[in-house]
Order: sequence, then C-alpha cells, then structure tokens
Amino acid sequence: MKNVLMLIFKRTGASLITVFIISLIIFIGVEALPGDVAETVLGQGATPETVEAFRKELKLDLPPHVRYVAWLNDFVHGEFGNSLANGRPVAGLIGWRFGNTLFLAMSTAVIAIPLAIILGMLAALYRNTFFDKLISTTTLTFISFPEFFIAYILISLLSVKFNIFPSLAVIDPEMGLGSRIYAIILPSLTLTFVVTAHMMRQTRAAIINVLASAYIEMAEIKGMKRLRIIILHAFPNSLSPVINVVAVNMAYLIVGVVLVEVVFVYPGLGQLLVDSVAKRDLPVVQASGLVFSVVYISLNLFADILSMLSNPKLRQSQI
Amino acid sequence: MLKLLRQSPLSARIGMGIVILNILVALFAPLIAPYGETSVVGDVWESSSAKFYLGTDHIGRDLFTRMVYGARNTIALALLTTALSFFAGALLGLIAAVKGAWTDQLISRAIDIIMAFPTLIFALMILSVIGSSIPNLIFTIALVDLTRVYRLSRAVAMDIEVMEFVEAARLRGEGLWWLIRHEILPNALPPLIAEFGLRFCFVFLFIASLSFLGLGLQPPLADWGGMVRENSGAITFGIFIPLIPAAAIALLTVGINLIVDWFLHLSSGLHE
Repeated sequence: MKNVLMLIFKRTGASLITVFIISLIIFIGVEALPGDVAETVLGQGATPETVEAFRKELKLDLPPHVRYVAWLNDFVHGEFGNSLANGRPVAGLIGWRFGNTLFLAMSTAVIAIPLAIILGMLAALYRNTFFDKLISTTTLTFISFPEFFIAYILISLLSVKFNIFPSLAVIDPEMGLGSRIYAIILPSLTLTFVVTAHMMRQTRAAIINVLASAYIEMAEIKGMKRLRIIILHAFPNSLSPVINVVAVNMAYLIVGVVLVEVVFVYPGLGQLLVDSVAKRDLPVVQASGLVFSVVYISLNLFADILSMLSNPKLRQSQI
Repeated sequence: MLKLLRQSPLSARIGMGIVILNILVALFAPLIAPYGETSVVGDVWESSSAKFYLGTDHIGRDLFTRMVYGARNTIALALLTTALSFFAGALLGLIAAVKGAWTDQLISRAIDIIMAFPTLIFALMILSVIGSSIPNLIFTIALVDLTRVYRLSRAVAMDIEVMEFVEAARLRGEGLWWLIRHEILPNALPPLIAEFGLRFCFVFLFIASLSFLGLGLQPPLADWGGMVRENSGAITFGIFIPLIPAAAIALLTVGINLIVDWFLHLSSGLHE
C-alpha cells in the first residue's frame, strides 16, 4: 500500500508541474504579442498618454517575472482581473458559466456512461454477430461526424419538424431545475451521441482484450456457465481499463462542450472562450483556457490514479 | 497494386469513390461551378431549382458553387496542414529514436506539455494571440497535430532501432541522416501511411470546427465549416441548408475512415 501511495504522490506531483508549466506558457504567450496588450486593445488612434495610463492599470510597467507571480497568485485566489471588452471582473463572468458547463457535462455523463458500458459489454459478448456489426458501424459513423452536424440534425428533427424541444438552450440563474433540464436536452443529446460512440468502442475493445486471456479460456474449458465467467472473472479484470476509458472520455467531454455550446447558444465557459478569442479579450482567454486545462489534467490524473488502484500489475511498476 | 484494388472489400471501394469524387471536384472547381465563388446571384435562401441546384445562401450566392469552391479550399488547407505536421512530427520522432539520450528527453517532454492541453483549447489560445490568418491557422493546427505523429513515429522507430541491421550500419560509421533514410524510414513506412489518413481526418474536422466557430478560413472564402455557421439561422425557418455542407464534411471523413480501416486490416496481416 505504501508503494501505491508513493506512486500516486509522484503522479500528482507530475501533474502539478504540468499545470505550472501550462500557466507559464499561457502567460508567456500573451507576453509574446507584438507591441503589448495595451496598444492592441486601444488600437492605432490612442494617444500615448492613454496607452501609458492603461498600461499602468494592467501593471504592464512592472518586469515580467513580478507580473507572472502576481498573476498566478491572483489566479489561485480566484481573482482573474477585468475583462478588456467590458471592464467587468473575469471571475464573475467565468463562475456562473463554468457552473453551466459542468451542469451540461454532468447531465450528459449520467446518460452516456451507463449506456456506453452496457452497449460495449453487449457488443463484446456477442462479438462478430449482426448486433455487434450494427453497433460498430453506427458508432464509427458518429465518430466521423462533426459535432455540429449531429446537433443540426437533432435540431431539424426534434425542434423544427416536430416541435418538441427548444433549438436554443437559453437558461438564466433564476430558472428551476426542471426547466433547466428541458432547455439542455438537445445539447446534452448531441454530446451523448459523440461521447457514447467513443466510449462504447473503447469499452468493447477493453473487454474483448480480457475475454481473450488464458484464464477465461480455462474457465470455459472447466465448463463454467457463461454468465458466471463474466461476473466472476471478466468483470473484475476489465474494471480497470473501463474506468480509464470513462475518465478519459469525461476529459474529452469537458472540451467537446465548446462546439455544442456555440451551436445552441448555451451560456457556458466554451462559448465565452470562443467569443473572447474573436474579440481578443486576453484576460478572459487566459483564465478560461487555464480553467479548461486544469480540469482536463485533473481528469486525466484521476483516470491514472483509479487505474493504478484497480490494477495490481500497475501498482508495482514505475511511472 | 492493381490486384490488391480488385480484391478490396465493398466498404473500401465506397470510401475510395467518395475520396476520388472530392478530389476531382476540388481540382476542377472553376470548371464545375456555374457561378463565381463570391458573386451574389439571387435572393436570400432561395430553394433549389434548375438555376440554383442547391438553392442560395444567406446573402444570395449560389450554394452549389460555394460547395464546389469550399471543397477546394477546405481540402487544400487540410492537406497542406497534414503534410506539414506529418513531416515535422515524423522527422522529430525519428531523430528522437535514433539519437536517444537527452535529445529524446528534450523533444519528448516538450511534446508532453503540448499534449497536456486539450487540443481545441490550445489552438484557440494560440489563435487569440497571433490572430487567425491562413499561415497562422496552418502553423497552429500542425503544431497540435504533430504531437500524435511524433508519438507514433518515435514508437515505431524505437522498435526498428534495436535491430541488428541498424546496429551494423552504426558500427560501419553511418551518420544520423543515412540511418534514418536507409534503415529506419523504409521499415517504418506502412504504419505511418495509415496514420496519415487518420491525421488528415483529424485535421479536416479540426479546421471545419474552427471555421464553424468563426476562427478558421475567413469570409468571403468558401469553406464548409464556415458555410454551416453562416447559414445556421436558416434552420429555424425550416430551411435545411446548413445540413448540406455539414453532410459533405461527414461524408469525406467517413470515406477516408473506410479506406484507412481496410489499409490497417491489410497491414495487420489478418486474412479471413
């Protein structure tokens, strides 16, 4: 057990270093801008005095390393500075939207994870049958589709043709849970299609891998019942790869929301990021990019730790 | 080669048909398109007729013409980007595998850092700083994509690098480039070619996504992802125009995947 703790400790340390380097890259990236942020934002027509004043406000007159430490310190304390576009604090902009993004991602996960695992298991059990081929072809097609294609198909079917769900996922802070869920049904359905396809294929591959091992064959030769083999032998051993698949796809989901949020004009972090990139509102881009990256890295870390814990072989090996 | 083609399964043939059709349209775009790429020729969102095969778009340009030119722009951009990312990624991977030691460490850690970012977020952040022009777009997407090519080519080259014939060449005193060109590359080619198809799909979808977000190819250039965005308003009026370019993107991706599947099946040596 001590060994495992050490391993988890090391892996977490590696992730922390990655987050640190990423924050450094995000900071330097904005530094590398030709001219500086003050000139870019104010444009050609600004007088030197205005530029100077704005530069003071953004603390651009301080040396870079001092500003980096200050920026990182603010970030850790939830202070993201002010938006360049409208002067409002970035933290306020991001907080509510990040909550919305998580709400959308979690509602999708609740449907997609069980669905993908059940379909993946069934496809692995009945592999090379018509059922398996049907599922494989369908999921391969969905993987090849861009997210917005699935989204617009769903809109034209369920929103325009049969007026069941709204085509725009408009929500505001005062809405109750029920009407919120109703508003996000179509975006969540789109994401479910995309994520389930990936997750189901990987689950199928992981379980087939386990079913091909010698101890399963041994159990079959012994004359064990098929259901018993699956529950006693195959399931515990495929747990680790399946957990890994789920966590990796959750990381994918957090990022996949960007496109879907734009299609449905859903007020999430992804849409904010895209808007800010177009407006070159750099503080907002920096902050939301960092938030996305930290969530992504944490989920990957979580996946690694879970698979370390559930797999005795990994527990002994080095990182 | 011809014999192989004749034995190809139906799915691979469908894939090849789709890809060839797209390439032909892209090559002969000015001959096929009835109108100019950016000329306004009709009303907004006219339905399809003998004059406009697919109707008109949100400012009255012929949608069929835009689709044809869109094929040319989108595919050319994706091909150029994939070629760049592939060349750079494969070269770095081979160098890392052959040189080993700190060269390998240096390149691998740098690649790890890029891969720690979610791809779309990384690209969006770079584009927000350097702005979205065509060279910037190519550079950014190639940078995101070369990480995957690097991983594969390094892994493949690592396996070949320990073989006796490489060792023999080393002892003969051959240099880095000779080793890569004459010993490693010829043996690493088949998996790399299959990867090229997959990378093209990824890059193609990535460009489509960026254009859809308004950060890819800029108007008035025709581009499939951008056309979905421009016409997305039509869908609430029950006009399904944005589905046409979106379907074209999906079709080409499915086509390439079908070919790659067949190729992977062939090179894995499985024969039923």
